[in-house]
Amino acid sequence: MALPDDLRYSKEHEWVRVEGSRATIGITGFAADELGDIVFVELPEVGASLGQFATFGVVESVKAVSDLFSPISGEVVEVNETLRASPELLNSDPFGDGWIAKVELADASEVDALMDADAYTAETA
Amino acid sequence: MSVAEAPSSGRGSAFAGAVGGDDLTIVEPLIFDRSRADRRAVRFPSASAAALASATGQPELPASVLRSRAPRLPEVSELDMLRHFNRLAHLNHAIDIGFYPLGSCTMKYNPKVNEWAARLPGLAESHPLDAEDLSQGSLELMWLLAELLKDISGFPAISLQPAAGAHGELTGMLMTRAYHRANGEGEQRIKVLVPDSAHGTNPATATMVGYQTVTIPSNERGGIDLDKLRAALGPDVAALMITNPSTLGIFEDQIGQVVAAVKDAGAIAYMDGANLNAILGRFRPGEAGFDIMHFNLHKTFSTPHGGGGPGAGPIGVSERLEPFLPAPIPTLVTGDATEVRANAWAGRSTDGARFALDEDRPQTIGKVRSCHGNFGMFVRAYTYIRSNGDAGLRTISEDAVLAANYLRVQLHDTYDLPYDRLSKHEVVFSGRRQKREHGVTTLDIAKAILDHGIHPPTIYFPLIVEEALMVEPTETESLETLDHFVGVMRAVADLAASDPAALKRAPTTTPVGRLDEAAAARRPDLRHTFGGAGAPEAPPSAPTAEVPTT
Amino acid sequence: MSYSPHTAADRERMLAAIGVESVDDLFADIPSAVRASAWDVPPPLVEQEVRTELARLAGRNRIPEVSFLGAGVYRHLVPSVVGEVIGRPEFSTAYTPYQPEVSQGTLQSIYEFQSLICELTQMEVATASHYDGATATAEAALMACRLTRRNRVAVSAGVNPDYRRVLETYCSGPGIEVVILPIDLTDGGTGTTDPAAVEALGAVACLIVAQPNFYGQLEPMRDLADAAHAGGAQLVAVVEPTSLALLAAPGDDGADIVTAEGQPLGIPASFGGPYVGLMAARMASVRQMPGRLVGATRDVAGRKGYVLTLQAREQHIRREKAASNICTNQALMALAATAYLVAVGPAGLREVAELSTTQARHATAALEDAGLARRRFGGTYFAEVTLNVPDAARRHAALAERGIVAGYLPERHDPALRDTLLLAATELTTDDDIARLLDGLEATR
Repeated sequence: MALPDDLRYSKEHEWVRVEGSRATIGITGFAADELGDIVFVELPEVGASLGQFATFGVVESVKAVSDLFSPISGEVVEVNETLRASPELLNSDPFGDGWIAKVELADASEVDALMDADAYTAETA
Repeated sequence: MSVAEAPSSGRGSAFAGAVGGDDLTIVEPLIFDRSRADRRAVRFPSASAAALASATGQPELPASVLRSRAPRLPEVSELDMLRHFNRLAHLNHAIDIGFYPLGSCTMKYNPKVNEWAARLPGLAESHPLDAEDLSQGSLELMWLLAELLKDISGFPAISLQPAAGAHGELTGMLMTRAYHRANGEGEQRIKVLVPDSAHGTNPATATMVGYQTVTIPSNERGGIDLDKLRAALGPDVAALMITNPSTLGIFEDQIGQVVAAVKDAGAIAYMDGANLNAILGRFRPGEAGFDIMHFNLHKTFSTPHGGGGPGAGPIGVSERLEPFLPAPIPTLVTGDATEVRANAWAGRSTDGARFALDEDRPQTIGKVRSCHGNFGMFVRAYTYIRSNGDAGLRTISEDAVLAANYLRVQLHDTYDLPYDRLSKHEVVFSGRRQKREHGVTTLDIAKAILDHGIHPPTIYFPLIVEEALMVEPTETESLETLDHFVGVMRAVADLAASDPAALKRAPTTTPVGRLDEAAAARRPDLRHTFGGAGAPEAPPSAPTAEVPTT
Repeated sequence: MSYSPHTAADRERMLAAIGVESVDDLFADIPSAVRASAWDVPPPLVEQEVRTELARLAGRNRIPEVSFLGAGVYRHLVPSVVGEVIGRPEFSTAYTPYQPEVSQGTLQSIYEFQSLICELTQMEVATASHYDGATATAEAALMACRLTRRNRVAVSAGVNPDYRRVLETYCSGPGIEVVILPIDLTDGGTGTTDPAAVEALGAVACLIVAQPNFYGQLEPMRDLADAAHAGGAQLVAVVEPTSLALLAAPGDDGADIVTAEGQPLGIPASFGGPYVGLMAARMASVRQMPGRLVGATRDVAGRKGYVLTLQAREQHIRREKAASNICTNQALMALAATAYLVAVGPAGLREVAELSTTQARHATAALEDAGLARRRFGGTYFAEVTLNVPDAARRHAALAERGIVAGYLPERHDPALRDTLLLAATELTTDDDIARLLDGLEATR
């Protein structure tokens, strides 16, 4: 899967797309592949306060479970409700329809601590 | 992401379409689908007229407590019922059908005389709350079994109460906590150390008791890394939980130093006894300095696995932990222990001896289950140990270790052997070569083995071996069975090389093929719904409310 | 004698293949400092000798001719077909169904079990079983704590005292506080839990109540559920499975989690085990449920099949984050319960429940009419009843000498209940049994 290069990536295999004062976050295709068929996502609550690199949810596949670590800090303004009934979107479209949450950014400079597409590709080679 | 995983499923979905629906082929209908109104199997007598007349004077059950609709249990004849369960039985593989080399499970023959003994009315009909006068046989059997487990393990004290190995672990860790609290160190000792090869129940148990788990890496020989263990030990460590032989089937040859280091640091040394089948008569953990060990009566001591229980998980403990054992404890109150043992071993009467349940245990952790334990499994294990005797028990381990090493040398050219050294009762191979060269996973290998009428070895455990394949033959398999297994494993490896796609399609000769586990988890259908043929359950996050239809 | 098939020739062949001289060489990895010293295990026995030994031990037990003892373990008919089903070696000598393609017998029978428990309790999901009713109840309390994020649980004193001990032991692990809600055990009192007393408990994760309770009394379940919910707590109902043929299903009474001991469903008393713990709950709570779950699905060829599912809750995946460490369930005992429920069917289960309640009432009426005993509590009871009986302990012991067990002595766990008896009746209780009980109590006045 080609990596979108308008995103930034964390070591824990989450991505963030910054859109002004807000950002959308999700997990990468690499992570979804590692997990296998994803069956459940424990989404954060709207209004929850996320910290960069702190856990904010859980994703389960048939045979594995993983914590989700937020790539940036901020307040959750929207979660992708479709994932409740269709967690498989994380496998089929992790960078698009499989987005997890939208956040009001607390500190835009935090993005500097993240990797760009090339660096992440190198990391996961 | 921090991924915690055990066995991996196949990647990508071979399944198109939704779960459920009328287009599915049914292998054996649900018992509910065989139900027809007014069919009966077992019937009961009616109350006598006298009883009914007498009962009318007593308060009735008011309408407010009565059920609004009778439970929709299936209505079938006895013959239809038996056919249903017999046909279900035909769908199962079992030890009594064929080879079952599941590593870490000890799938040995379950002797039928054990079943005969457990069904003796004098034992099967004994009520746990009957007066001790009526239960001397049950109490004596428990006492004698505990005595034998002490001899086998070298521990001075035993509890038979825990119902399973994991339950024994829970009991042991609760006792560990009680011990540290009694010593004024309960607040400070908050960590439990486990090797990275540990079975999942070890850290899960630690959590249930409020401990944090710290993982200690294994060294390149497959043993626990002693230096890293020493570095991790300190005044904040409550215990080390270690399996010996390890989950790699390897004896921890530094076990003496491990136990010493743990105890010197003021911590409790816990041994997971799942692999006891390898060391009967050769190594006794209580003697070697361990504080606690749980036995799995359904592994080493041959009680049947039952498709997932019942088992029994008694524990042996050292003197310093003895005060914290669960209560009550079957105790000899009249008679000399040595004499009672001698009489029982020689088949002489022990009628002069009297046993009781000792409730006077002021420092006990309490109870971990109702009543006294899985007594039916004690009967089976006692029968087994008495049948084997000292020579038989030693033979068990000798032949189990012999068989495992035989398989090791027969297969180490075919599959990678990550730790090429002497095995005990099980050997762990890796399917990584087949994955690298032919793109087949250990899962695919396991599914191909199914087509040969053999249950596959344990896969993807322990976690520290890539594409792990854990083989435990046990001592009850003949050489022909072992050689046949070698042939099957070689054939599957050959097929992986010549036709990997065939492995990915396997199994094709079993009652069902590979099942869509992702769909089962995404849209859980966990019970029959009346009136809605094949309707899947709503996803877990959906609101409740199932409207029953008759 | 061991069950190993290996002859000397077999062993020679294996040793040669491995390349060692003797089997002792295969134990060279055990350092001499930790090698086992001699043990005192008796010599082997052949089958007829081991049978003699087990018969000797069985013979030291005295199974009473007449028994009214219940107190959590009940003597019911174990139909012959149940023994036939669980005696099938394909069920008894199989392992946990981790390779579902060759385990559909076990998996489908567990799915049927889950379905039957849901139907009996009118709950949405049931697990594949737990060790016993006590541990299922303790696990339910821990589950309620996870669901509500509270760390106090309340349990009625009407719940089996053994279960309360196990609950306390389990809660001592994560440091959860257990508060006891007293019940009215006074002579002439209700013998039940007072819903008005729930509010004073403060915030708890759950209220655990038994129906019927340990003393045989029927609790005001709807009101207790309402009281629990008013405080944001879960209602955990501990029920008796045969009673569910007649009594309101806990799901209809507002229970959030249901537990039970399944022993009355085709499992002999066997001095305390193996038994089978039942647990059921709402689908919304399923991810916090401990234990195994079997789900339906399809295979690659379009056949219906069953698999262990939602395994990511369990120890082998979540490890230290698992809801519980439970590995084994009690599969063969769950199969016994399944076979029992199918064998008796709805009509049979109703007959069992009705006959049990009739005989309990018949016995009570006869004892009261003869002036030998008096019901201690008001309200109503199911098939077990607490009676005031003067000098109960002495007379209970005297009757036991005559082969009659006159129920349970509540003073064994509560001195305030001296001179009472807890009598249980089942479909096996005959009019003659009741007559003998009367005669025995009469003779020991």
